[in-house]
Amino acid sequence: MKTKNKRKLTIGVTGLNAIDSPGPGIAVIRGLREATSFKTRIIGLSYESLEPGIYMHDLVDRIFQIPYPTAGTEPLLSRLEYIHEQEPLNVIIPNFDAELFSFIKLEPRLKQMGISLFLPTLKQFEERHKANLLDFGKKYHIRVPFSKIIYDPGEVQRLDKEFSFPVVVKGKFYDATIAATPEQARTCFNKTAAKWGLPVIIQEFVDGTEFNITGLGDGKGKMIAGVAMRKQYITDKGKAWGGISIQDPKILALAEKFIRATRWRGGFELELMKDKNNELYLLEINPRMPAWIYLAVGVGQNIPEALVNLALGQPVEPYKDYEVGKMFIRYSWDMIVDREEYEKISVMGEL
Amino acid sequence: MMIINRNIAISETGFVFNPINGESFSVNPIGYEVISLMKENKQADEIMQYLLANYQVEPETCRKDLEDFMGMLKHHLLLEDKE
Repeated sequence: MKTKNKRKLTIGVTGLNAIDSPGPGIAVIRGLREATSFKTRIIGLSYESLEPGIYMHDLVDRIFQIPYPTAGTEPLLSRLEYIHEQEPLNVIIPNFDAELFSFIKLEPRLKQMGISLFLPTLKQFEERHKANLLDFGKKYHIRVPFSKIIYDPGEVQRLDKEFSFPVVVKGKFYDATIAATPEQARTCFNKTAAKWGLPVIIQEFVDGTEFNITGLGDGKGKMIAGVAMRKQYITDKGKAWGGISIQDPKILALAEKFIRATRWRGGFELELMKDKNNELYLLEINPRMPAWIYLAVGVGQNIPEALVNLALGQPVEPYKDYEVGKMFIRYSWDMIVDREEYEKISVMGEL
Repeated sequence: MMIINRNIAISETGFVFNPINGESFSVNPIGYEVISLMKENKQADEIMQYLLANYQVEPETCRKDLEDFMGMLKHHLLLEDKE
């Protein structure tokens, strides 16, 4: 492999919280480090001083803290301008749902600065939102569970007219709880609303087996990559701690249909449920790569690398297949960190 | 007619992997032989003849056990209907 002529790209990556409910950043960086079409300098973009990725110096070259999404787009832009002066960035890969809106808004301005992104359009981002999933399913003829958006706790009392229990109570960004009775639904509603705000989504409970697929759409309707997985070991937060690559033609066809119909641009993860009649339901669309994205790299589809090349307008050949029956097993690892590093990132906001 | 899902992977240890749904199972050596024969497109009566010829078992017991085993394979989506 020739490496000396490969271009070196400086790539900013968020989602460095490699914790029990992990962000995808570290897995994305591992993919980028294994890219064969370019070399990388990785700039980690963090929100908090204890995100483990900050201290993974073999994976991340430099760290800058960025403002929380709630601060709005202007503080983020001005921080990115500063970072870009220090470390001229070629590409940024945002990995959190909550920050995507700001990055999508800033994409044209970042492009002018010479920073490329490869994100869904605002329309794609909005219409795949949990609260809009029912309409999304109708529009694109994709089977989704019946759901209702609730703003008022009083509406929870009337759910038994439209739903049979149990139901799934979902926060607008994260969290899903199964409620077996209207009383439980009310408690779940209050907890979810307190944590994530309104609205809360009540979704029909589909009994079956959960599957996931991650992939990459080129923004013109073509599927560049797609790898399906079944969770084998699930944490109490519902996150995959282990999984295995599978090849279910129905799941791959659904992902292809999703990309073709929406002309999806960027990485994504579809959360699916297959019921006892072998029917697939689309439960959720995550508009970014998932935390288990390194499994895709491990089975032969380097989705982070392909995404960077698409962001830079390079031609990317669609992946045709991948290794089936490969597993990922996550583990936790205690790093020993000098207090000075923690101090520096906490006080100076960079490391 | 039910046939074994042709994508099923089975190793000599009796470890069975279904690549469609990611499920895996362990079968005993006779289970391994039966699945291997099914992968060679052998029909139930041929498999039964094989078992009767190679193991000391009453035909009725063999038929019942084979049916039970097939039922289990079907339950775990390892068999598919062939029109």
